[in-house]
Parts: sequence; structure tokens; C-alpha cells
Amino acid sequence: MMKKSGRARAAAVGKGLYLALILIFLYLPIFTLMVLSFNEGKTMSRWTGFSLRWYEEMFASRTIMDALGNTLTIAFWAATIATIVGLLACIGMNAMKDRSRLVLMGINNIPLLNADIVTGISIMMTFIVCGISLNYGTVLFSHITFCIPYVILSVMPKFKQLESHTYEAALDLGASPLYAFFKVVMPDIMPGVMSGFLLSFTMSVDDFVITHFTRGAGINTLSTLIYSQVKVGIRPTLYALSTVIFVLVLVILIVVNILSNRKEGEK
Amino acid sequence: MTKTSMNSNLKRLFSGPFLAFILCGTLVPLGVIAFYGFTDRSGAFTIENIMAIATRNHAQALGLSLGLALISTVICLLLAFPLGLILKDSKLGKKGFMVFVFILPMWMNFLLRTMAWQVLLERNGIINIVLKSLGLPLLDIINTPAAVVLGMVYDYLPFMVLPIYNALIKIDKNLIEAAYDLGADKLLVLRKVLIPLSVPGIVSGITMVFVPSLTTFAISTMLGGGKVNLIGNIIEQEFTVGSNWNLGAGLSIVMMVFIIISMALIEKFDREGEASMI
Amino acid sequence: MKNLRKGLTLALAVILTLGLVTGCGGGSKAGENGQIYVYCFGDYIDPELEYEFEEATGYDVVIDYFDTNEELYPVIKNNTAKYDVICASDYMISKLVGEGLLAEIDYSNVPNSAYISENVKPFMEEFDPGMKHSVPHTWGTYGIMYNKEMVNSADIDSWEDLWDEKYADQIVMPDSMREMYMIAGKVLGYSMNTTSEKEVKEMTDLLLKQKPLVYKLANDSARDLMIGESAALAVVNSGEVLYSQELNENMEYVIPKEGTEVWTDCWAVTANAANKAGGEAWINFMLEEDSAEDNFEYLTYAIPNTRIADLTDEEVLNPPKEVLAKCETLKNLGAEADDMYSKYWKEYKSK
Repeated sequence: MMKKSGRARAAAVGKGLYLALILIFLYLPIFTLMVLSFNEGKTMSRWTGFSLRWYEEMFASRTIMDALGNTLTIAFWAATIATIVGLLACIGMNAMKDRSRLVLMGINNIPLLNADIVTGISIMMTFIVCGISLNYGTVLFSHITFCIPYVILSVMPKFKQLESHTYEAALDLGASPLYAFFKVVMPDIMPGVMSGFLLSFTMSVDDFVITHFTRGAGINTLSTLIYSQVKVGIRPTLYALSTVIFVLVLVILIVVNILSNRKEGEK
Repeated sequence: MTKTSMNSNLKRLFSGPFLAFILCGTLVPLGVIAFYGFTDRSGAFTIENIMAIATRNHAQALGLSLGLALISTVICLLLAFPLGLILKDSKLGKKGFMVFVFILPMWMNFLLRTMAWQVLLERNGIINIVLKSLGLPLLDIINTPAAVVLGMVYDYLPFMVLPIYNALIKIDKNLIEAAYDLGADKLLVLRKVLIPLSVPGIVSGITMVFVPSLTTFAISTMLGGGKVNLIGNIIEQEFTVGSNWNLGAGLSIVMMVFIIISMALIEKFDREGEASMI
Repeated sequence: MKNLRKGLTLALAVILTLGLVTGCGGGSKAGENGQIYVYCFGDYIDPELEYEFEEATGYDVVIDYFDTNEELYPVIKNNTAKYDVICASDYMISKLVGEGLLAEIDYSNVPNSAYISENVKPFMEEFDPGMKHSVPHTWGTYGIMYNKEMVNSADIDSWEDLWDEKYADQIVMPDSMREMYMIAGKVLGYSMNTTSEKEVKEMTDLLLKQKPLVYKLANDSARDLMIGESAALAVVNSGEVLYSQELNENMEYVIPKEGTEVWTDCWAVTANAANKAGGEAWINFMLEEDSAEDNFEYLTYAIPNTRIADLTDEEVLNPPKEVLAKCETLKNLGAEADDMYSKYWKEYKSK
């Protein structure tokens, strides 16, 4: 008996240790950047005192703020347009014969399976071949293109779960198709639409490779800006930026988690 | 024409914008890349750009990419599977939070996370400053393939953890208990129940780590110090520096073929046939 | 499912507000005289000057950065993105001029060109006769910067020292094709503008022999590795030296006895510039006394402007005549030779 519980305890300690090691591996780099962001000096090798100067410089830097603005507006518009296009596509595809739907779903998977670098290069070449100079619009277009598949993959299963009879019943009772759609269908597929939108938004914010190839004059997102700055030499403003992004992501996710947990508790 | 068929004709039109995006954003670009890959600068047909993979420089880069991607995928798998098991068994109340903690870094820009390793690993970087003050030997892996593998593992580990964890929690508890009741020991349960039933998760984890590792150029640029040349770097350079688009397109086609082959190989292990998405 | 929906809606709301707030804040107001697009080496002007230029001239500036001349070239050549004014090095200027990609500068819009230093003009003559298409921004030499605590000063006087095995894993070399061949050429006694394949092959072999000793291939970030003492020697251009010395007093700079490359980085207006006058206004603004001074203080690169001559009289920035006599500039070698160099450079990179 004693022996067994001893072993169980050892196993528990082992598990805890394993979790701790992986946590250190995951968070050490992020926390290092956070600490360095408060270092007064320019070099990372010496701690010269606490200062908020890199935060001031970051918020004052137009390059960084423009990149932040571009990242968010591109992600917002890409996710919005992709959600609308994807939702419409699902409605349309559900009215199609099984064969054509399967073909379209197959093609829909191509951007998901394809390597980002190939997607980026191929879209960039297409623009140049058509004589279109790269600009904000070309980045937005590519982002919409790679976001649509995520929306369709999130929304399509919801349509499958849908009871088509309720929609038809509503029509029979005299509701207009539009009214019936918004009152009967929309509530059921909404979670899929929402997660499609959020997935698109995240993918767009996170993207580097496709933006790298399709961006035009002066269009930087945070990703491309970081990449070019690392080549020139890392400035501490980037540490400040990492800290801000990390804290922001943390807060948003914690709030979402708490809210969904609380709801679950009420049930 | 009945009302419903008219309706469904109308509905089909709704996929118009989607079809336009598929056409302009996926199919035509693939056509363009194929056209460039199979022509030379004057536009004449050639397979030289495809065969260029056989030249020593390109073959070496592809081999290195395959090797490093394979190593990082295996390391991710070895780290993530036990992690998934531990998370699955952890107390219910903490579970959501624990999983959250392990995939949180995924939400942070991967370039910033890669940059963090450059800061940590530099010869006179944070890790070595600490090691030096403790009188320990220095860690000298920056600007080598080892650092690139480290970066890949770090960046893509959450993509392995999440699908494996999702597959593991779906396994019916009764099944595991039944196995124990029938006298199976832990190892046997792991081998005969847990691993086989989490294959779909493992497969999607492997694809989500292997493909980006195979095609990356950012991680090798940032942690390889310009000395680790992967196939992704070669292709990127062909477009941003070399300006030989035909060669770049040809090499991309070859790379796509390698991705398809490796995915087919992975799929073969997936008895379910369908990898579950995220 | 409902709970998830609520959570997602909230996240959405947060993201939306953030998106809109920063979206509006980030959007810049259009300048009254239109926009100009500037394409420039990373971190190559004092960022304040962007605002000052906008205020002084009423143009709205969009700046973008690149790392090497080779990255700039396909962008301008293929017109993948439209820029009005670019910054490029000597040999790239002459390549772009040769392909008709640069516009002739209308000097009536650039009155400050009167203040360009005489000492760069002979070098300008080599790649852009009469300064028809370009105006110098900075100039300097390439040399070896070393840490005098880690390396014995007496040991460093030749490019060959970079092949010395006692510096294994302590050397930072430029990640830039032409500079690397310039260095190998100096060791072997070949011209930095050779087009002989045999010589390029020999230089590649020589560079490959050195590769195991190299800690990192890096351009601008080399100075950070030196300042942080992660490396002991680095090939840098003279502009990086004063900056590095400010942050680490052990930095020394030497131009090897074989001679070196003198480079000039210039502003130029692209042939298809949408706003040529704006581009020229930018160039003229960069030649103002205040701009030159700000740029010098920010960059510590030699700015060839007579009005700040007394600021830039350090020897690092102004090598003596007998040293300059041994220097050459890189020349445009033509498409065929470029392809040949690229082929060998790729071999160097992938081994």
C-alpha cells in the first residue's frame, strides 16, 4: 500500500515537473522580452535601469503605429468580407447537386493544404502578370482568399445540422425567404459564422509569408515590419511591442474564457 | 418552373463571389505558377526549372529542409503526446485553464517569438550570460541548424498539442477502464487504446508542424545567421533578390510535390482517413 | 453552444473597437501636395525628418525599407510596387540608369545640390557621370571593425586576417554578394569588378574555406553583435563605427592594407514616378543643413555635405588620400555577369 502511493506520488511529481519544464520553454522567451522592454539602455547585455522610454518611442513611432493599423484593418476587412462571401457560398453550395458541391469543397481545401510561400508567390505573380502594382488592396485580396476556406469549414457543418423543414415551414406560413432565413436559419448557424470570422481574423493577423510577397509600397503589417527590423538590428521598441501584444492577447483570451466558463457554470 | 427550383437556382448564384475568389485567388495563380515553372525567360517550354532541383545547391537545401522539418516534427510529437496525456488526466476544474496556458503562445506573432530566441541564444545573449555567471559551459547553437530546429519546435509546438489533446479527451473513459479491468497494464493501454484512438489528432498535428517547417524561410533567416539555407530561402531569394521567377516557380512546384508525397505518406497511417480539423 | 457564442461576441466587440480605434488613428491625413513613396535602406534616415519634411513641404510621405540593393532591384525592375524616390548604392544606380529605370534629376528643383562635397564627386563620376540621375546621401569605406579587448590590434591589417583560424566563430561577414567578392578579390589580388568566371570560382572557393570560421552573415545588425561582444571581428562600413564606439569603447576600425571599396549611397527618382517633383523636393530636403546634421547624428555615416563638413572630419569617415588612392568603387557588371555571380553566391550560401 505504502509503496504504491509512493509511486503514485512520484508519478505526480514527474508529471508536474514535465508540465513545468514545457511551461518554462514556452514562456521564458516571452518573459525575457518583457523584462528587456523595461531596460533603459540600448543593448540587451546590460541592465542599466528601469525605464518606459521604449514604450514612449513605440507609441510615437509612426512606422509601428501604421503597421499596427494596417494589421488590424486588413484583418477586420479580410475577416468581414471572407465571412460574407463564405456564408453566401455555403447557402449556394447547399442548393447544388452533391457532385458539384464536393468538387467545390475540394478546391476550397487547396489554400489550406498549400504552403503559404506558394500561395503568396502565385498570387503575387498573378498580380504582376496582370499589370497590377502591389498595394494595400492586393494584400487584402490575398488575405480574403486564404480566409474564405476557414469560414466555409466552420459554417458548412452547421448547415448540415440544420433542419431544412423549419425553414420551409416558415415559408409555408407566409414568411418571406429573407425573413425566414434571418429568423430560422441564422440563429442556428451563427456560432459557425462567428468562429469562422474569428478564425479568419486570427489567421490574417498572424500571417507573415503571404503578406511578405503581396505587399506594396509602404504597406507594412506588424509581421513584415518585425521581419525587416530583425534584419537591420533589433531595437528595444520591438520588445515593448511584444509585451503589449502579449498582454492584449492574454486579456482578451482570459475574458473570453471566464465568460464562457461562467455560462457553463450557470447551466 | 416550380417555386422551389427557381429558389435553388437563385440560391446557387450566392456562391458567385466565392467562385470568383477561387478562380482569381487560387486556380489562376496556380496556373500562373505552373506556366512560369515550365517555361524559360523567353516563354518557351522547358523542364529545366523542375530539373534544377537536382543541382547540388538545390538538392542540398531540399534535403536539409526535409531533415530539419522531420526532426522538429518528431520532437514536437514526443513533447506533445505526454503533455496531452497529462492534461487529459488533470483535474477537471483546472483543465480548461491548463490547456489555455499551453496554447496561449500560439496567439502571439511567431516572428516576435522567433526573435526572442535570437535574443536568448546569441553568443553573449541572456542564456549565456546566466550560464557564464553560474560557471557553466556556454550554449553555442545560434546560427546553426540546431537553433533553427529549436525555433521550429518552439513556434509550432502548440499546433501539435491542440489536436492531440482534442483527440485524447474524446476517447471514451469506459473504454480505458474496460481495458484496465481486462488486465491491461498502463503501457498496453497506451499502445492499444490511447495511441490508436488519437491517430487523427496526431496526423493533423504532424501536418500542421511538418508543412510550415518544411517551407519556412523566416525562421532559418532569423536563427540561422544566413548560414542555414533551406529550400524556402532559395525560393524566396529567387523572387526577392535573384529575380529568376521561372526557376523560383519551378522549385515551388517541386516543393509542392514533396509536400503532397509526405502528406500522402502520413495519411496512410491515418486509419480514420479523415483528419479532424483543429 | 450559447456560452461560446456570448464569449465570441464579446471578443469580437473588443477586437472591433480596437480595430476601429487604431484604424482611424493609424490612417494618415493626405498631404496637401499629394503623397510621395520613398524606398530606402532600413534605418537610413533620422525618422524625425519624415515629419519635418511633411511640415515643410506639404507632401505626405510613405517610407518603406529594404535590406540590400539586390532586394531593391526586382521591385523597381518589375514595378511590383510604385516608388517615387529610392536610395541605392553606386553600382545599382548605374544598373538602373542603364535599364532606363531612373529619371534625370531636374536640378532647378534641387538648389541644395550646391552643397554636395567635392570629395565624393570623383566617385560619383564613375557610376553616374555628371550626377544626372542621382544625388549622394552617404558615403564611406568598408573595413574591419574589431574589439581591441578580444583581438590584438597589431594582428589586424589585412583582409587575409579574416581567414585566420584563431578567430573561428568570432567573425561577422556581410550577407551581401558584391561585398563578399570584393573581400575575396582583395585577398587574391583580383579586381572587385572582375567578370572572369575562373576568378569568381576561385573567390567562391576561398570564401567557402572561410565559412566555417564565420559566426554570422549579417549586414546592419553586425554592429549589434560587436557592441554586445558576441563577435570579435566584423566587416562593416565606416558609418557604423562611430555609433558602435559610442556604445562600446573597445571598437576599432581599420582599412586593410590591400585597399577597399569606396561606396556611395544615393537618392534617385524613378522613371515612372507618379510624383517626380515630390521626389526632388525630398532629395532637396535631405541636403538641407539641418537634415544633414540630423542624419549624421542619427546614423553616424559620413554625409557629403559641405555645410556640415566640420562635424564629419573624423578620420574614420574621411580616410587620408593615400588610403583612398588604393580604393575602387563597385561597377555594374551587366546581366550576364550578374547571373554568373548569383550562381556562385548561391553555391556559397547553400554549402
